[in-house]
Amino acid sequence: MSLSVKDKKIIKAFFGTISSKAEDVGKEALSRTLVVYPQTKTYFSHWKDLSPGSDKVRKHGGVIMEGIANAVENIDDLSAGLLTLSELHAFMLRIDPANFKIINHNILVAFAMLFPGDFTPEVHVSVDKFLSQLALALSEKYR
Amino acid sequence: MVEWTDFERATIKNIFAKMDYEDVGAATLSRCLVVYPWTQRYFGNFGNLYNAAAIQANPMVAAHGKTVLHGLDRAVKNLDDIKATYAELSVLHSEKLHVDPDNFRLLADCLTIVVAARMGSDFTPDVQAAFQKFLAVVVNSLGRQYH
Repeated sequence: MSLSVKDKKIIKAFFGTISSKAEDVGKEALSRTLVVYPQTKTYFSHWKDLSPGSDKVRKHGGVIMEGIANAVENIDDLSAGLLTLSELHAFMLRIDPANFKIINHNILVAFAMLFPGDFTPEVHVSVDKFLSQLALALSEKYR
Repeated sequence: MVEWTDFERATIKNIFAKMDYEDVGAATLSRCLVVYPWTQRYFGNFGNLYNAAAIQANPMVAAHGKTVLHGLDRAVKNLDDIKATYAELSVLHSEKLHVDPDNFRLLADCLTIVVAARMGSDFTPDVQAAFQKFLAVVVNSLGRQYH
């Protein structure tokens, strides 16, 4: 399920559209991850406030979306482009890769909520494919 | 037995009370057929499913989407025994329709996305958690009678 020329075009255009609200998307996606899938809170035991929309959650959501924007720039070679981030997730953060599916789902929910008119089924399928490829590239260095 | 909080019961009933079944049903099934194209295998007699535009304009898809959504009403009315409520439907999907139960999860994800788009900021994380818990129970019940 690799990305076609059409997929890449749709993804670049859509991420252009959402760029002004990227932090909001990140904040929504991370908030939902922590509330709807409470087991993910285990990775944030060092934060006092895990409530939706808290400062730390908002900021970290933004950080995640910056990583994703970087991946869009490197869409033609995700493995190479995400090498450093993969090493970070594999050796330092050691986040179980099953969680990438979870946050991807919540990123899609955030897109649907914040951009209902733009997040059409055609955009949805390309973005879903892209986020899956992203998760795969991020898992590269795990073992 | 699934335990439901008062908030979860109220949230689920509220979402379905306010739902436009025709709109949401059509949007959900067509989105599923576009985003997960292998699901089209179950709709060989639905005519033109050649591209996203055709799928979204297809009247049989729209009608069936509405049917499927109304199928969820039974679960909403019987929150305390969804398993028994869907036993017959589970057998139907397994023995007659031969639907891979993983597809129930895919459709549930599409429904979540469509409801999120309709509700916007009202679809808070707590509302999402209640809705997804409901759908998870439904999906599980529909897969229960497979053997």
